[in-house]
Amino acid sequence: MEFGPYAPFIVGSYGFAALVLGALALNGWWDGRAQRRALAELQDERGGRS
Amino acid sequence: MWTALWNRLAHPGQFLRWSGAALPWLAAASALLVAAGLYLTFFVVPPDYQQGDTVRIMYVHVPAAILGMGFYGAMTLSAIGTMVWRHPLADVSQRAAAPIGAAFTLICLVTGSLWGKPMWGTYWVWDARLTSMLVLFLIYCGIIALWRTIEDPSRAARAVSILTLVGAVNLPIIKFSVNWWSTLHQPASILRMGGSSIDSSMLYPLLEMVLAMTLLGVTLHLQAMRTEIYRRRVRTLLIRQAERLDAGVQDAAPMTRAATPLPVGQAI
Repeated sequence: MEFGPYAPFIVGSYGFAALVLGALALNGWWDGRAQRRALAELQDERGGRS
Repeated sequence: MWTALWNRLAHPGQFLRWSGAALPWLAAASALLVAAGLYLTFFVVPPDYQQGDTVRIMYVHVPAAILGMGFYGAMTLSAIGTMVWRHPLADVSQRAAAPIGAAFTLICLVTGSLWGKPMWGTYWVWDARLTSMLVLFLIYCGIIALWRTIEDPSRAARAVSILTLVGAVNLPIIKFSVNWWSTLHQPASILRMGGSSIDSSMLYPLLEMVLAMTLLGVTLHLQAMRTEIYRRRVRTLLIRQAERLDAGVQDAAPMTRAATPLPVGQAI
């Protein structure tokens, strides 16, 4: 793979896309895990009290 | 039959069940298709006779543009679902789609800019296509900000639906801007009268990347919808817990003006 003088533009494009999509996927996974944990804790509290 | 099937699949509990089972498969298929698309882009696609190797930027730019507009189209349908049928999943879908659509639009703008510098000699021009795409990104930002401003999800959904429907006027402007105005951006080359103007050695890898990115977008959207449903369940349980605690305080002591409970759904 030799992109000559265009290499910074090509690498920059794919690098930026990977960064944005990676951040979106990681944030989605992390947020989902946090919400599932919070829900499980609240449901445990409700179960423990009743 | 289709209505019954749709209603069943779109019930939040059912949705969590089938999407939970489908997500790992969708994620694996997305990863495989993206890997295959990247291989085709960097090792199979020939350099363009005019653009040279910068044509490879198109394999991320074009799918991102299609998905930036596609997610807004999906949000518009969800907004209609929220306003007309008040479907419980419609505003969940709308809220989950906004950041993903904004991300794809941003990728489209940045990669287009990085392609423009070596080809046009500039990163940016106030061209009708570029400007209308920037407006789309700003509308996405406005929608995300509005969701965060209004605490009550049902009130936020109605406000965001109105904004989404108003913003939908921008979609045909983006699509036809290259026909309506004299622009630096090239006219449509895939979906156009008389067929695609791209050679098959470049077209099929491009379509493969569009498919791969679409599957990735759908996977991210389903994951975000699941998270949004969990977030709303957490919110409901927290409000119930606060109401119970409040009722306990009221039983223990006579109610004073300061102890008057806040209306449900208001920020504390």
